[in-house]
Amino acid sequence: MEHVKCECGHVNPIGTVLCESCGKPFEENAPALLDMRYEGSARRSQTYNKTIIDKVWNFFSSVKVGVWLIVITLIASAIGTIYPQEMYIPPTVTPAEYYEEQYGWLGKWYYQLGFHDLYGSWWYMLLIALIGVSLVICSLDRVVPLYRALKKQGVTRNEQFLRRQRLFSSSHVDNYEALLPQIKEKLAKHRYHIREENGNILAEKGRFSRWGPYVNHIGLIIFLIGAMLRFVPGMYVDEVFWIREGETKEIPGTNGKYFLKNEKFIFQVYEKEKEKKVFQEAIDRVGSGMMAKNYQTNAVLYERVGPIIPGEKPKLKKVKSFSIRVNEPLKHDHYALYQVDFKLNELSKMSFHLIDKQTNKQFGTITVDLLQPKDEYDLGNGYRVQLLSYFPDFYFDEEGNPATKSKVPNNPAFVFKMITPDRPDGEVSFTAIRQTIEPLGDNKYKMAFAGMETRNVSALTVRRDFTLWILGLGGAIFMIGLIQGMYWNHRRIWIQRINGEVLVAAHTNKNWFGLKKELAKICEGTPLVMPVDQADKGR
Amino acid sequence: MKTKRFWLRTAILALMVAAIGYTIYANFFTEKTSVKIGDEAPDFVLTDLNGNKHRLSDYRGKGVFLNFWGTWCKPCEKEMPYMNKQYEVYKKKGVEVLAVNVGESELSVKKFVERFGLTFPVVIDKQDQVMNAYDIGPLPTTFLIDKNGKIVDIITGTMTESMVQQYMERIQP
Repeated sequence: MEHVKCECGHVNPIGTVLCESCGKPFEENAPALLDMRYEGSARRSQTYNKTIIDKVWNFFSSVKVGVWLIVITLIASAIGTIYPQEMYIPPTVTPAEYYEEQYGWLGKWYYQLGFHDLYGSWWYMLLIALIGVSLVICSLDRVVPLYRALKKQGVTRNEQFLRRQRLFSSSHVDNYEALLPQIKEKLAKHRYHIREENGNILAEKGRFSRWGPYVNHIGLIIFLIGAMLRFVPGMYVDEVFWIREGETKEIPGTNGKYFLKNEKFIFQVYEKEKEKKVFQEAIDRVGSGMMAKNYQTNAVLYERVGPIIPGEKPKLKKVKSFSIRVNEPLKHDHYALYQVDFKLNELSKMSFHLIDKQTNKQFGTITVDLLQPKDEYDLGNGYRVQLLSYFPDFYFDEEGNPATKSKVPNNPAFVFKMITPDRPDGEVSFTAIRQTIEPLGDNKYKMAFAGMETRNVSALTVRRDFTLWILGLGGAIFMIGLIQGMYWNHRRIWIQRINGEVLVAAHTNKNWFGLKKELAKICEGTPLVMPVDQADKGR
Repeated sequence: MKTKRFWLRTAILALMVAAIGYTIYANFFTEKTSVKIGDEAPDFVLTDLNGNKHRLSDYRGKGVFLNFWGTWCKPCEKEMPYMNKQYEVYKKKGVEVLAVNVGESELSVKKFVERFGLTFPVVIDKQDQVMNAYDIGPLPTTFLIDKNGKIVDIITGTMTESMVQQYMERIQP
């Protein structure tokens, strides 16, 4: 039993509900109104269920399964918004501890189940992938039979098919042959494609709208493939790096090929005196100097020449100078550098006077480079200052010892040893901002704060995305499919004379109201009875 | 007809399983970095505190225990003495330890080395170049490199002394 032969002579695949050609219902107890979904074609998944492959296939072929997958994904996405995602928690904390500390056992589970990094958790990705599989199989299983059924549909239909359409009427027409050209003309005026067979008419328009959902799905699948390609090395780069004014640094993600120099970082605000008069009121409202106007990094891009060995001092060739501003990235070789963050006035140098605490007499000044401090500063005349320890980001650790939180000079602290002619063994002083501790007893000398230098730091995002055009293409096809299915309807009108009666039946995949109005215009002024909506009868 | 359908479905399913499998694999079973286990360790040149240049490729034939660390990182501090102790043992067996500091001041690194009496070479990655090449995220991160220059394993997080010992055993030539 591979095929079902209809009385009209057409051979249908097994599982067909309505004959592909004449529309005769095969079910014994066909309903009063035919279910026109997929033209009553055999969804093959429903038919074969023998091997494991068939079973898997049939599982994914179910729209119900597809809808459930989407619902589960939606619920998971919603849960993912309850607590902050990993990227929004403070960068210094360990996520494993943070979620439990902040949100208790719920937070612990949230973290352990991967909700803290939802888009990166394996099961979420698997869900998306399963939706993709469902999309492919559902579409294939429907579009092929639908295409067959629409291509093979006959003009002359089975009487049962016509009578069980939602819009149907039967009329007595005395001179059908004379009426036919008039009807055809009217149909043609409404842009129907007309096929005629022995005086029977099939008028059809907008069939391509039926492919809309499948075109849409193709777009989605292309989009998913694009998203997948991001994981292929080299396709997608997304890095952030901090660069100080005056610093030249390798741009991460470029495999050591490009370097960047930050000449200057500029932060500007709207100030009352400097702007045009029209802006005065707006500036007054938020306050002068409160609203940011510009974030800008004056950068120089260099390319490394010669062999790339990380750590080796690079030979650099200037590529170009550029002012990177928000939404005005520096672009080169498919890379784009975007302004993303900044830090004003990071400490770069600190100066101290060596003074006698009693007399305040100065014996010289040292300037400590906070990124590369020296071990010893000679002031001459037997006065020397040694730097015993340096904590760029000072705090007291759990054991009460001075330590540093990072390598960034946010809160520098120093242990100085001051060697003077009258104290040849030296005096030790712990000097931090607004804090001096003399651990070995009272000192005669002191390192007095004398000044500091600061500079700005700029953060830039490095982007390179070779998947963007695929995502764009997928998105465009998605939209085309959507429009195709939304703004056009597939309408069909059958007119047929059977035993002296003229039967008119009509079907559309959506917008029955529009079809009814069209039918009314076609029937107007003819002996044809306007078809009745049989779906209303039951109510 | 039936077999054709079977093979068509099998082919489509296999294609999709392969695509999904790759995505999941690429995301969760490999390091999300450009440097992976089994790759050749990227070569680099860095200078130690005594001014000696260390080039990774010069260590071919020896196992290299490549440790990235910072003075502020408490777990790094904890494992340094273990590394120091095991280095004494495995040095004779052809295992080298290279500790790459992530661009701190020479002074801080020097004081740290003095404090813990570290005997293995400690180099400073002043321009983050080596960090970028190895795609270093959290500290400490240790790369186990065998005598052929291949990365055998990547360890993030603190190691106990017995772990350090086992790892050195693994890369002993």
